[in-house]
Amino acid sequence: MSNLLSAISVGALVGLASGYLGSLMVLRRMSLVGDALSHVALPGLALGLMFSFNPFLGAFGALILATVLIWVIENQTKLPTETLVGIFFTLSLAIGLLITPEPELLEALFGDISKTGATEAILAGALSLVAILAGHHIYHKLILGTISEDLAKSVRIPTKKMDFIFLVLVSLIVALGIKVVGTLLMGALVIIPAAAAKNFSKNLRAYANFSALFGLASAVLGIIIAYFTSFPPGPMVVLASALIFFSTLFFKRN
Amino acid sequence: MNNEQRLLTAENVAISFGDLEVFQGVSFELNRGEALAIVGPNGSGKTVLFRAMLGFIPFQGKITWASNVRIGYVPQKLMIDSQFPLSVRDFFNFKTDSTAVITEALNDVGITGDHQHLERHVLNKSIGSLSGGQFQRIMIAWAIIDHPDVLLFDEPTSGIDIGGEETIYNLLHRLQTKNHLAIILISHDLNIVYKYANKVICLNKEMICYGEPHSVLDPTSLSKLYGGEAKFYHHEH
Repeated sequence: MSNLLSAISVGALVGLASGYLGSLMVLRRMSLVGDALSHVALPGLALGLMFSFNPFLGAFGALILATVLIWVIENQTKLPTETLVGIFFTLSLAIGLLITPEPELLEALFGDISKTGATEAILAGALSLVAILAGHHIYHKLILGTISEDLAKSVRIPTKKMDFIFLVLVSLIVALGIKVVGTLLMGALVIIPAAAAKNFSKNLRAYANFSALFGLASAVLGIIIAYFTSFPPGPMVVLASALIFFSTLFFKRN
Repeated sequence: MNNEQRLLTAENVAISFGDLEVFQGVSFELNRGEALAIVGPNGSGKTVLFRAMLGFIPFQGKITWASNVRIGYVPQKLMIDSQFPLSVRDFFNFKTDSTAVITEALNDVGITGDHQHLERHVLNKSIGSLSGGQFQRIMIAWAIIDHPDVLLFDEPTSGIDIGGEETIYNLLHRLQTKNHLAIILISHDLNIVYKYANKVICLNKEMICYGEPHSVLDPTSLSKLYGGEAKFYHHEH
């Protein structure tokens, strides 16, 4: 039972942060970036398992590396980022699948929050809070940069710097979310809560808050259902978020 | 004109992207309270010139603003769809949280009414649901909220209300007079240029004309500007 409580509290905070940052990703049309990024985490995670260091650190390291590369490619070359990102991410997934030790592969792909130790839980919770606070700090600047980069620059917002900070936060939250839903399903935890909140929100505050709340609710609900049905938690969390999404369709504004 | 009145001097500005030259040899001046129009066919680099003036892109030549100049900018459009969860109030909150300041800016662009009316019919509306004309007004209010010396207005190719109440151009003209605001306007409508601009720049690969609209917009420069036979060049008041 204490395992369940620990899993629920970590899941709640990670879900909250995923939903909150996901709301920015959806508005910035980066829905699929979260999905693709999570695949990059796999080789890092595998290295952690192979050389027995914390897999979270491996995943985060791989994500930061990928993030810096994307940012540099975007700013320095005229190559189509989408294509490069697509190649890079599927390549990472392939390498990750090859080098991840087989017993851990399923957990890496679909997550398992029930195996969270106390230290890990505290670290994940604290880092989620950091992601939320940092995200809150740059939220408005990022949105203005999203609706018009020129307008943001005209009021002296350093848009490139903001983009970079945001990508680092996304890497952080993806690395954390992998513990909850795994590399294959992490995209869902950042996209679906935001998509649900967008269905009926008319202003930013409602949208960001509901997105965070739906992220939290999906994680908690999914983990509880998984506990009592002995299904794996990752897919349950995604099912819960999908359920929320379809319910919000009834309140969709025109 | 003395130096205190001078807001902007552009000397021999040229812009190219890689091998592609957008334009060259653009020189002009802008003084306080003046309205300068930029005209030219699509793709002649009007918006590019704006972006250079704002310092967003590299260019050759020299663009000098008066020190401590405050610039308001109205882009053609925002990257939003009708479902974008951003209310008009949210949009103003990027600049200020003060309802009094927002209300004053709204009044300045001709959006009036009591607190409740503004709240319900303007501030709480999502910005993607506004009509073209309303949207333009909000954009101008946003740009003038911190009392700029000059307003850069990139006219959209569509969506400007015509007729009925005060047009966007009347509004800009009123702000120009009342607030002694200089305006640089990218325009697609020569009627507007004749009526409201003190000076005009014709842009197509190079600066084809520069000066008072009535003296420089002649058949020769217009046919050079738009190619072939200019269908429109004279405007009677």
